[in-house]
Amino acid sequence: MRNDVRAARPFTPWAFYNFMDMLKLFHRAAAFVVLAWCSMAAAQLRVEITGVGSNQFPIAIANFQRDGDVPQPVDAIVRADLQRSGLFRMVDTGATALSETAAVNFADWRTRNADALVVGSVFRLADGRFDLRFRLYDVVKQAQLDGLSFVSTAAELRLNAHRIADRIYEKITGEKGVFATRIAYVVQLAKNSFELHIADADGANAQPALRSREPIMSPSWSADGSRLAYVSFESGKPVVYAHTIATGERRAVANFRGSNSAPAWAPDGKSLAVVLTRDGISQIYAINADGSGVRRLTNSNAIDTEPAFSADGKFIYFTSDRGGGPQIYRMSPDGANVQRVTFSGDYNVSPRLSSDGRLLAYVGRRDGKFQVHSLDLATSQELVLTDTVMDESPSFAPNGRMLLYATEVNGRGILATASTDARVRTRLSGPSGDVREPTWGPFIK
Amino acid sequence: MNTNLIRLISLAAAALLVAGCASTKLDEPAPIKDSSSAAQPAQPGATGADTRAVAPVVAQPSDPLNDPKSPLAKRSVYFDFDSFVVKPEFQSLVEAHSKYLTSNKGRRIVIEGNADERGSREYNLALGQKRADAVKSRLQLLGVADSQMETVSFGEEKPRASGHDEAAWAENRRADLNYK
Repeated sequence: MRNDVRAARPFTPWAFYNFMDMLKLFHRAAAFVVLAWCSMAAAQLRVEITGVGSNQFPIAIANFQRDGDVPQPVDAIVRADLQRSGLFRMVDTGATALSETAAVNFADWRTRNADALVVGSVFRLADGRFDLRFRLYDVVKQAQLDGLSFVSTAAELRLNAHRIADRIYEKITGEKGVFATRIAYVVQLAKNSFELHIADADGANAQPALRSREPIMSPSWSADGSRLAYVSFESGKPVVYAHTIATGERRAVANFRGSNSAPAWAPDGKSLAVVLTRDGISQIYAINADGSGVRRLTNSNAIDTEPAFSADGKFIYFTSDRGGGPQIYRMSPDGANVQRVTFSGDYNVSPRLSSDGRLLAYVGRRDGKFQVHSLDLATSQELVLTDTVMDESPSFAPNGRMLLYATEVNGRGILATASTDARVRTRLSGPSGDVREPTWGPFIK
Repeated sequence: MNTNLIRLISLAAAALLVAGCASTKLDEPAPIKDSSSAAQPAQPGATGADTRAVAPVVAQPSDPLNDPKSPLAKRSVYFDFDSFVVKPEFQSLVEAHSKYLTSNKGRRIVIEGNADERGSREYNLALGQKRADAVKSRLQLLGVADSQMETVSFGEEKPRASGHDEAAWAENRRADLNYK
């Protein structure tokens, strides 16, 4: 399947594609979607998902009218974004372009079963920039839900297409979209060639932030999205670096005797939790972003690693084998009040918390399969979210709807996403190299 | 006049030498002129130099480290999945290296821990460290000085076997004794 996609689209550096069985799941879903049409002034079209199944919202996104040579297929980017979320079904619009000034025949779109319609245009301006416009209509109510114009450079067109998708997503679902956010991951291109990449959330527009002959692992975003911390083996052993993305400025934050690893930014961006072996076995420490003020947080004679802060900063979740096998625990940011969190299975690692603090994601091993699981912290309900068996490094999209993770297919590392309701799955596979260690960046203000 | 000047300079130089000797610290080894370079044996017949010169040679006993038949040639300790227990079959390997290190106090090793590719990379890094530390503590029990050993972990980041089957995984669950 992946090879087919790659062969068909040889010039697309990355290709997302949905599982066929995802479609089957949707068709099997029996429950109805309740469309709650908001009657407030700022009319928001909302999809309320009820029961065991979910359904897809039918939306028509017409080809945008274009004038001049436009370097990005903005309409196709918007469609692909919404489709990938699994919450939308694209209604065929034909080849005709419809600009935001076109008169809309709502009755016609209703007979095509579209509940919403997007029209727009992109024009090249005299100064070489582009004017990108769109309108979102509620076909049933025959009313405009949103409309906006962006003036941008060619390089910003793709970002603005993602912003349009975010606005549509938010108007229809009531939740913030994540299409304009970024992801970071590590790719190994050859035995001695490693790169830390930053890409759009759809995997496109990938740019190397670091190239090295030695392994790179565990990238971690600061809450404001401006910095990454990671582990680099460039000096012959694991050392934690902090790296400002826009300037490329970097410094070794933790470079003590032994191994230095598993950085996690505190929500305020002033300090990090890291794992050091300077006093023996791997333990969790806090350290200031400038490398000063190191203080030990855990005191066990077992492995304590993979610290992850809750968004409110009240907890650090971590992996420990103090009970025998590795399990997820949590503690206060000062190391007090340690509690065990996972109890099923004998191998649970790599904890990440959703931004609302309700869901814990981790990799659990069951019957030899390593799969991303979620645990509802209020109800203790555990869910397997993937159908792959070599999963690693889950991280939540900032709206909590999806998880990005690494897995292995045919012996090669790829990235994949899974929705937190386990219904929607996508895979992101590059043209070459072994891709791993993905982490989803925050919302950027 | 000139000869007087030369005498004066000689006297001053001698005085300086004496002063220098007086301030030589006792714990600093006196400089020894390397006579071996001056006594390089001449190529016989090449320059017609003294063919009766004798160049002393000290026979070096062969370092057992370099002997492929020595038990020291084995430098890898293998582990079970998710385990850091040094299995009994590696006891003789650990003992051989401890004997060598205790009788060669100048030698240092770096023990490099590794893990197979399954599961969390960070947990595997910690596991690799624990494996390296497990080998280190065995050597320590057998009398090897802490200062001769350093442990690092490569986790699953530098696999020796690149496959994705049990044979490759078993090869990569390993701690290597790397002599420096």
